[in-house]
Amino acid sequence: MTEVQEKVRDLSEKYGRRRENLLPILQGIVEKEHYLTSEAMIQVAKELDISAAEVYGTASFYSFLDTEQRGQYVIRVCKTISCDMKGKNSIIKAIEDVLKIKVGETTQSKMFTLLETNCLGWCHKAPAILINDEPYTNLTPAKIKAILGDYIRNAEGKQKIIGDIQYER
Amino acid sequence: MKDKNLKIVDIIFKPHLVKYEVLDKTVARSNEDILKEIIDSGLRGRGGAGFPTGLKWKFAAEQKAKKKIVICNADEGEPGTFKDREILTKVPRKVLGGMAVCAKIIGAKRGFIYLRGEYKYLLPFLNEELEDFNKHLKEIGLDFKIDIFLGSGAYVCGEESALFNSMEGKRGEPRNKPPYPTVAGLDNMPTVINNVETLVYALMICSIGSKEFKALGTSDSRGSKVFSISGDTPIPGIYELELGMSVYDFVEEFGDGDTKAVQIGGASGFCVPRKKFKETIIGFEGIPTGGSMMIFNSTRSMYNVLHNYLDFFEEESCGQCTPCRIGYQQLKKGVEAVKHGEKNEEYLQQLMKLTETMKLTSKCGLGQSVANSFSSIVNNYREEMVY
Amino acid sequence: MANINLIIDDFKVTVEEGTSILQAAEKVNVKIPTLCYHEDLCVAGNCRVCVVEVEGMRTLPASCAIPAEEGMVVKTNTPKVRRARKDIVSLLVSEHNTQCTTCYRSTNCELQNLSAEYNIDNETYMSVLKPDIVIDRSSWAIEKDDSKCIRCQRCVRTCAELQHVNAIDVVHKGKDMIISTFVDAPMNDVVCVNCGQCINHCPTGALTERRYFDDVWDAIGDDEKHVIINTAPSVRVGLGEMLGFPVGTRVTGKMVTALRKIGFDSVLDTDFTADLTIIEEGTELLTRLKKALVDKKKVALPMMTSCSPGWVKFIEHMYPDHLDHLSTCKSPQQMFGSLAKTYYAEKKGIDPKNIVCVAGMPCAAKKYEANRPEMRDSGFQDIDAGLTTREIGHMIKQAGINFLDLEESDFDSLMGESTGAGVIFGATGGVMEAALRTAYEIVTGREVPFENLRIMPVRGDEGIKEATIKIEGCLPEWSFLEGVELKVAVAHGLINARTIMDQVVKGESPYHFIEIMACPGGCIGGGGQPIPTNAEIRKKRTEAIYAEDEGKVLRKSHENPEIKQIYKEFLKEPLGHKSHELLHTKYRKRFRY
Repeated sequence: MTEVQEKVRDLSEKYGRRRENLLPILQGIVEKEHYLTSEAMIQVAKELDISAAEVYGTASFYSFLDTEQRGQYVIRVCKTISCDMKGKNSIIKAIEDVLKIKVGETTQSKMFTLLETNCLGWCHKAPAILINDEPYTNLTPAKIKAILGDYIRNAEGKQKIIGDIQYER
Repeated sequence: MKDKNLKIVDIIFKPHLVKYEVLDKTVARSNEDILKEIIDSGLRGRGGAGFPTGLKWKFAAEQKAKKKIVICNADEGEPGTFKDREILTKVPRKVLGGMAVCAKIIGAKRGFIYLRGEYKYLLPFLNEELEDFNKHLKEIGLDFKIDIFLGSGAYVCGEESALFNSMEGKRGEPRNKPPYPTVAGLDNMPTVINNVETLVYALMICSIGSKEFKALGTSDSRGSKVFSISGDTPIPGIYELELGMSVYDFVEEFGDGDTKAVQIGGASGFCVPRKKFKETIIGFEGIPTGGSMMIFNSTRSMYNVLHNYLDFFEEESCGQCTPCRIGYQQLKKGVEAVKHGEKNEEYLQQLMKLTETMKLTSKCGLGQSVANSFSSIVNNYREEMVY
Repeated sequence: MANINLIIDDFKVTVEEGTSILQAAEKVNVKIPTLCYHEDLCVAGNCRVCVVEVEGMRTLPASCAIPAEEGMVVKTNTPKVRRARKDIVSLLVSEHNTQCTTCYRSTNCELQNLSAEYNIDNETYMSVLKPDIVIDRSSWAIEKDDSKCIRCQRCVRTCAELQHVNAIDVVHKGKDMIISTFVDAPMNDVVCVNCGQCINHCPTGALTERRYFDDVWDAIGDDEKHVIINTAPSVRVGLGEMLGFPVGTRVTGKMVTALRKIGFDSVLDTDFTADLTIIEEGTELLTRLKKALVDKKKVALPMMTSCSPGWVKFIEHMYPDHLDHLSTCKSPQQMFGSLAKTYYAEKKGIDPKNIVCVAGMPCAAKKYEANRPEMRDSGFQDIDAGLTTREIGHMIKQAGINFLDLEESDFDSLMGESTGAGVIFGATGGVMEAALRTAYEIVTGREVPFENLRIMPVRGDEGIKEATIKIEGCLPEWSFLEGVELKVAVAHGLINARTIMDQVVKGESPYHFIEIMACPGGCIGGGGQPIPTNAEIRKKRTEAIYAEDEGKVLRKSHENPEIKQIYKEFLKEPLGHKSHELLHTKYRKRFRY
């Protein structure tokens, strides 16, 4: 068994080998591998005893279950109207400048992927993005450049980065 | 508030001094008593469709089935709405409490929060809350357990039957109805699925009483509602307001002095132009909303707004039914063609007819609701649509 | 079940609870157009063409997906309904490759029919057909053209519900939603078994069989080539549907004449090798039983038939560790091919390299089977081209033959003689019945104890049928079978094959012998048969098959004089050396996921 297959097996063990656990298993793979490789999807099919086409068909329905190669950090820029009005394009431009990639592309180092996405639910703090699961809001070109800088520096030091959202009880 | 016509309310976010106090007191009451309270309150679903909550619970309670399910719909995806995230962040216990009350009434032992993937960052926090809550339910002897199911980025999963499919590990495609969720929902079990905010109101009505709740709002739109306010406003954010205000009063409070239009109910809602601010009521008798209020000032192109919405729907349609899948592509291509002079203005009429077909024949609300925003934008800002 | 009363277009109608409005309307002869609906499949309700107006309802519900309710008042033809339907068909056309003149399904396309009925233009909406769609011709059997797909998902439901293969599924969403394979791989790289049921259930030309008739025409036109065709039993009961005859008409004689007119040098019968299959497979079964009962050896039982190439590829993919259950017999088509280029060539004195052996089949998978690398035992590719019933229908039309008024004629010889047992291979249960007619007689010396040789328990459209036959009064050499209760099962549609196989895997299969056909109804409902195919049509074709059987003088495979002749002159004995060389094969393990 390859490393990926073992991961899939472990996830299937954890969640259970039933169709209803397909999404959690796929989410678990994406969390670790950043996207779903063919190998991983075939292993999921084996574990749940469903066809590989069903795994792919289901995964491809959900925008967070990427089946194309993605970097370690997936940047999703909200393109819905509130963020659009508040300068989403300037944020994309800033990211493109720093990472030297266009929307839809992944850096050569496989560290970042830049995507657009639909409403993230931060319209009052637009423009907003997600980097993997962490939201960043009220962005300006300067702010996003600083955030990316942190990621690049911290990635070298392997530290976890926490977003800027505070929550209370 | 500078204007009396607009009343800020504090039911949802008001902190509780004693943890689980409302829940404990409520579950001590009889099912009939609670159900009567909720039905009397006139509470209608806060996700947008506005189905009477008490009735939904009653239908599910009447179902003879061993296993029933309560689902909290936190797949908040409508452009311009973010209140559910705020509620889950600030008062998660009230949401859980509402689910527990519902479970008690309908006789459900399992509950789920369907949390949209975009809010995954909330997961550790919510899980912590949930652990404590599930423990508390055991203590008070309520046989009910809640788990979180995480979505993965699909707007249409907010549609209840699509949400069930998603939870069953399938593509999040809406189902044919009937059967309705209270008869056959998740895994064909009778299911009550409520919006985050609805569940909190249901719980709070049990605390403050239906009378106090009913005293707010109008006869069609009882109580208050949490609004997500964004766009061209100096004070964007979350506000709990009494229902039944006019758009005029709303804009007086939240506008930037140059408000051109307000989009009520998100991309699937209505666009209200300045000339109709006074006559338009926000509520079920006027324009119902899940809470999304997007304000546009005179610097904004309504063509861009519409185009942005169509772009959204074209991607977020599940794609299974013809009018929705192809309809949105045609609408987008059509407005582009008119804007670029490739089709003349009359073509807008054809597109308007198309929205009528989509409204009449689409399988679910996603395709049915386009006529709202499309016709309200095109009719009111025709000059901005043409070449 | 309670009865429901409703009104549809002023007709009062009473239906059982749970009946859809569409079905209720059918009862009062109100026709509602459909696209995604197919009676073989579960209801999808996604094309929305069948919308109707229901009093009191805000929207126009899809009549296929909404159950009739007491007191409902339904209108199926109001201005509102017509407008909506026309709009929906227009939308589908706007997403469609409208080059109908170059489409194989032209004149037999449900979208084309509706488009014509509703007088759809291409001005109302601009085309949103995706550019750069490449037709997938990777498979020997199935051609997939997404530019003609209307996303009704009938193929997906077929692949899942009838066949449980799930080689194709719906992928992506919104404007990008399409029917595809795992990671959009070519059809020949996935678990597709080539059964072609998706083709038969496709309303348009999005899924079609790979056509080989032009190659066949070329061969016919080549003077050096001796072109022969063998036609399967189901072709003769389906072909007429394409050429003006009512469903269920037997056109055997006309078909033979037409094929001769087309220019085949010899028109022969796959039923001949069906009879041969019975001798070989029956002997194989008795040999396995002997090994198990007398020699107490470990031998794979139940034995399963191997005539259906869709089923064979299915078991290779899905149960690769249980291939020893399959009979090693090639299918009648492939037996025919290997004999055509050996026995036939020898007897006729023709150089086998000049023989082009064509198979006329109700099947898509036969095209794949013909191209399997192991099917070259004659020293050549045994079968050069597999044609579907539909392709044969096209060839007859291309040749300008007036089929309706054609005189009838008999198959040529050699390898044109057959019995009723060979004919019934076309219907589910037929191979089993034919095998029992022969095996019982071999073992006991008496005819099977069923009136007029009709073994009713293995006939009919039930998904899985079973029968038990007690063997009594054996001839001395078969005495080890005395008193044995032979248990047999018959399954058709691969979803039923799954049930059977899961029993086998668990070691719980109670049977000795199982017949499996990939397609619902057996070959008469095959993926190469005329479109439409549905339950009623399958029934009529099946009746025609059994009528053909009863019209035959000889109805038991071992009585076929040409079979006796080939054993005497060429094969010598069943399961003998020559048989092993030419008539039996091996299977291969394939990936399941």
